[in-house]
Amino acid sequence: MILNQFLLLAAVLFCIGVYGVLARRNGIMVLMSVEIILNSVNINLVAFGAFRDHVAGEVFALFVIAVAAAEVGIGLAIVLLIYRNRRSIDLTEADLLKG
Amino acid sequence: MLGSVSTLVVAFERPAIDWHAIAPELTLLGFGALLTLVDILWLERGRAVVSALASFGLLASMVPVLTLAWDGADRSTFWGAYVVDDYSLVMKAVFLLAGYVVVLLSTNYIAEGDYWENEYYQMLLSAVLGMVVMASARDLVTIFVALELLSIPAYLMATWRKRDLRSNEAGLKYYLMGVFASAVLLYGMSLLYGAAGSTMLVDIDAAISGDGAPLAVVTLGVIFVVVGFGFKVSAFPFHTWAPDTYEGAPTPVTAFLSVASKAAGFVALLSLVFVGFWGRADVYQPLMWVLAAASMFGGNLMALRQTNVVRLLAYSGVAQAGYMLAPLAVAGESLAVADDALSSVVTYLAIYAAMNLGAFAVVIAVARRTASAGIDTYKGLFRYSPGLAVAMTIFLMALAGIPPLGGWFAKFEIVLALISPATAWGVVLGVIVAVNSVIALYYYARIASHMWVEAPPESADFDTTTPIKTPTSVTAALVLTGAATLAFGILPQWVGHFTDVTLVATLAG
Repeated sequence: MILNQFLLLAAVLFCIGVYGVLARRNGIMVLMSVEIILNSVNINLVAFGAFRDHVAGEVFALFVIAVAAAEVGIGLAIVLLIYRNRRSIDLTEADLLKG
Repeated sequence: MLGSVSTLVVAFERPAIDWHAIAPELTLLGFGALLTLVDILWLERGRAVVSALASFGLLASMVPVLTLAWDGADRSTFWGAYVVDDYSLVMKAVFLLAGYVVVLLSTNYIAEGDYWENEYYQMLLSAVLGMVVMASARDLVTIFVALELLSIPAYLMATWRKRDLRSNEAGLKYYLMGVFASAVLLYGMSLLYGAAGSTMLVDIDAAISGDGAPLAVVTLGVIFVVVGFGFKVSAFPFHTWAPDTYEGAPTPVTAFLSVASKAAGFVALLSLVFVGFWGRADVYQPLMWVLAAASMFGGNLMALRQTNVVRLLAYSGVAQAGYMLAPLAVAGESLAVADDALSSVVTYLAIYAAMNLGAFAVVIAVARRTASAGIDTYKGLFRYSPGLAVAMTIFLMALAGIPPLGGWFAKFEIVLALISPATAWGVVLGVIVAVNSVIALYYYARIASHMWVEAPPESADFDTTTPIKTPTSVTAALVLTGAATLAFGILPQWVGHFTDVTLVATLAG
């Protein structure tokens, strides 16, 4: 089993996702970056599960997929709400609260 | 490797479920479903009963918690992934009672603000359900599901004032930081699963404690998991969402987030540290030490320059998270120290819930008159509303840790746990706790002096002559939290034994 390649792929995806969350200003893009991180987690879980011949990894990945779907649904609703109220989803413009 | 598919084809065997052990969760779930039914069948007429129904549901869920406590036996179900011991029972009671107080605080606020009411209480019950599950979770998947069950409704509650830009922004910031934290946490969990080959915390401990464990993977996994929960408990430097979200969210929701969701993050951290990472004190202790010290200093120093009470309480919450993280930095020294550390954190969580909810109750009551949370609006409060001023002073002094109020006993336990192993690191952290208590006293006392010494502002656009009318439910919340704050301070030997708990990793089953 070539475990390292999968872990490396997941690590690269994780880094891309973290970079996207930190650098992107568009709300949708940040959501997509979070999705990339979650998918790197899924690759990790499935790879470890297959490597160890242990089903818990795949089951965990299914849980992650299901919960992530619910989470992104909420996130899109919040972004849509903000778009309706201020006609922009640029995160740097959300600066009413500070101090 | 692909040939292993055949091993997956096994007959499904239902685990032996201990129904009594999961009765609190089922009760809460039942009331959540009942609220939905009321919404569907009665529509607008349901608005009158939903808050009563929600508070009744929370109190009814206390009954199985009490019968389980009366029974006294440690239980374990779902192959050991779900454990009911006295630690989890105490935390469940704290969550349910805190949820009840939040319903009391919300009743008038939500009803008068023309917000969606029924859904609000459904979300609240769902979030409390997530916390109650979290207290028993001894397995990575269960912890993750409980965390999301509590977070997803909380994102919605923070955004509850749909047309208010500030509430939108509060919800957005909370959501983005929350999902990012969850994703980082999950990445850490996937590494731990890989290192251990199991999602059960006991198996993870057994696998990562040995010398053969891949140190880099384990270390990264522990760091990512702790960082993920660092966001949840708003530890410095992962606190950036907290002040903005607290300020913009509806104030009862802020009270809920600052107490209950922080406590749930701590519960998960405690289970992880005392079961999952137990053999890896060399990894988690330095991490906790740095997080605790940074949170105490960061939170307190930034709280000094706040002009808004809610933001001030947010930063003070960061510092309080630091106090609670501190005992975890010495927990791995020996079993006796671990025992002290666990009880001190649980004690602190219970007392913190009471005093912080109380402080927010006063903020909500005062904001009904002033429509603001600026510290200046508290000037001269004692002249026209002495009851609220006295209550606020009690809660602030408790948060500062002045005897004989509850916060004093909590800090005392923390420092005791820190210095008991007599290591240099522990003693230094104990000194940092003491120094920070003094810094914190300054900003708490500033609000108190505004209320007691200064005259009401001349140019105020609100009435400063008549006492503020507090709704009955908010008064009830003030009485409950005030009584708990005083009881912990004056009778620590009497109340303290409730929070002197032990944590059961798992039972065969």
